[in-house]
Amino acid sequence: MKPNTQQLNDFATQVRRDILRMVHAVNSGHPGGSLGCTEFFTALYQVILDRKEGFNMDGNGEDLFFLSNGHISPVFYSVLARSGYFPVSELATFRLLNTRLQGHPTTHEGLPGIRVASGSLGQGMSVAIGAALAKKLNGDKHLIYSLHGDGELQEGQNWEAMMYAAAYKVDNYIATVDLNGKQIDGATDEVLPMGDIKAKFIAFGWDVLEITEGNNIEAILAGMSEAKSRTGKGKPVCVLLHTEMGNGVDFMMHTHAWHGKAPNDDQLAKALEQNPVTLGDY
Amino acid sequence: MLIAYCLKPIAKKMKKYTNTGSKDTRSGFGAGMTELGQKKENVVALCADLIGSLKFDDFKKNHPERFFQIGIAEANMIGIAAGLTIGGKIPFTGTFANFSTGRVYDQIRQSVAYSDKNVKICASHAGLTLGEDGATHQILEDIGLMKMLPGMTVINTCDYNQTKAATLAIADHHGPVYLRFGRPVVPNFMPADEPFVVGKAILLNEGSDVTIIATGHLVWEALIAAEKLEEKGISAEVINIHTIKPLDEEAILKSIAKTSCVVTAEEHNILGGLGESVARTLSLNNPVPQEFVAVNDSFGESGTPDQLMEKYQLNHQAIIAKAEKVINRK
Repeated sequence: MKPNTQQLNDFATQVRRDILRMVHAVNSGHPGGSLGCTEFFTALYQVILDRKEGFNMDGNGEDLFFLSNGHISPVFYSVLARSGYFPVSELATFRLLNTRLQGHPTTHEGLPGIRVASGSLGQGMSVAIGAALAKKLNGDKHLIYSLHGDGELQEGQNWEAMMYAAAYKVDNYIATVDLNGKQIDGATDEVLPMGDIKAKFIAFGWDVLEITEGNNIEAILAGMSEAKSRTGKGKPVCVLLHTEMGNGVDFMMHTHAWHGKAPNDDQLAKALEQNPVTLGDY
Repeated sequence: MLIAYCLKPIAKKMKKYTNTGSKDTRSGFGAGMTELGQKKENVVALCADLIGSLKFDDFKKNHPERFFQIGIAEANMIGIAAGLTIGGKIPFTGTFANFSTGRVYDQIRQSVAYSDKNVKICASHAGLTLGEDGATHQILEDIGLMKMLPGMTVINTCDYNQTKAATLAIADHHGPVYLRFGRPVVPNFMPADEPFVVGKAILLNEGSDVTIIATGHLVWEALIAAEKLEEKGISAEVINIHTIKPLDEEAILKSIAKTSCVVTAEEHNILGGLGESVARTLSLNNPVPQEFVAVNDSFGESGTPDQLMEKYQLNHQAIIAKAEKVINRK
């Protein structure tokens, strides 16, 4: 049975606690983008993806997700653990020596739920397209999903991939772009203005839709359901997800400062106060 | 001169290795792909706008649903190949060696090697023998780049038959592979039924005075050198190293125990190539004198393959000179 909105929001609140505690414990990692995408990951793994029990690398007979902006690994790890891929207690090993939870996601340590390494930006869309092509060859009707940062679109490989996906009608694929308007050095409009991203995807031949409330679980579910209904119609589908970096922690929002910075003890306490325990800490 | 020896049989001891009709190694790759297309349903091919050059025509014609024309977008090609493995496919990517390695190094490093994806990166037009196109296309650093990647298997084949055999063999070898071959028509001398075992060197000629370890187009030159050395009373052992990583150290050390000196020969920069891998093996196990036939840390240039191999001293004359030099250092 699918969880209701309250349950999903409780899940998301616990994920935010995980993110904050993970990056605080090792004084490194990327909380800003992780917090901004917490509701998306929650909706994705708790509702949207048609997943099989357990983990099989080939992923036949289920929907697959690829994280291209691998630096938001804290949200990915927390949601994978709380969706049953590995023990929640393992979140305590994030970024520690000999961990399966490397700074950026990898298959190298055999962590269930990860199908490709990411971190060096701009590569995930190509990989997702490959997986989508394999699904078509295998006659598997399930879908491929991916997530990309907006700053990440500055990497040229994305545009090669976008061109290919449209030209060869990779229509079993939904790529989501986290439009938070921020990257390490500041606002994307200041670092390298990318103009009208929606118009660019459309010009490249994609079917594009926007989720303007990207931190609202119900808006995400409605938007992704709409995106799913547009697959199989000859075009790859792009979802522009408007999010707030650092969402859920008041002093981390409306700034790019927390892109790759961990909170200190006082800041962690304040942040956790705003996100009380729901499912139980790891 | 590569071509001049096309029809000349090698001396009696090496009768097994006569040229049975010169062909390009890339056509061996194409023939291998044609056979794989028939035999292995999971093999898929990707190309970045070089179907003719890579000899993909038959595979594309016979299996259009399993052939992906990516366009001039090599980074995307490597990523798509990595993704295809996730559905259980065995992707073979094809473009020139330069665009198969240096241009897409980070994509190979993260999406293929670090992710342990079963991608076969197949690279034609490697080295100087690409010829007239010049240094922009003549990569001489690719073996070094690829062998430094953990888990990457690196293969450089010597003729048509070996390239075809290697193409078939790597489909059954799980893990990322770099398969390097070339453009020019060269002697085809390996027996068509010679088994290709990844990581296993092939002893072509037994000798006792010097070991010549060669890869790629330099293997035929090594055989000629051995023949001419024999006329001078020098007994040269010739080893064909088709797999540079993992290196068949056992075969090398066994030969060195007998000859106590080595010449390595390759169409690659002296830095990072087969020679350095052999030197490492020797220094750790049995340090003996070694001489290198390789490009001396420079870019290539335009010219015919034969002119370039002569100018950059990648031929049997160079091997003979280095053999005589290394014997004197014993």
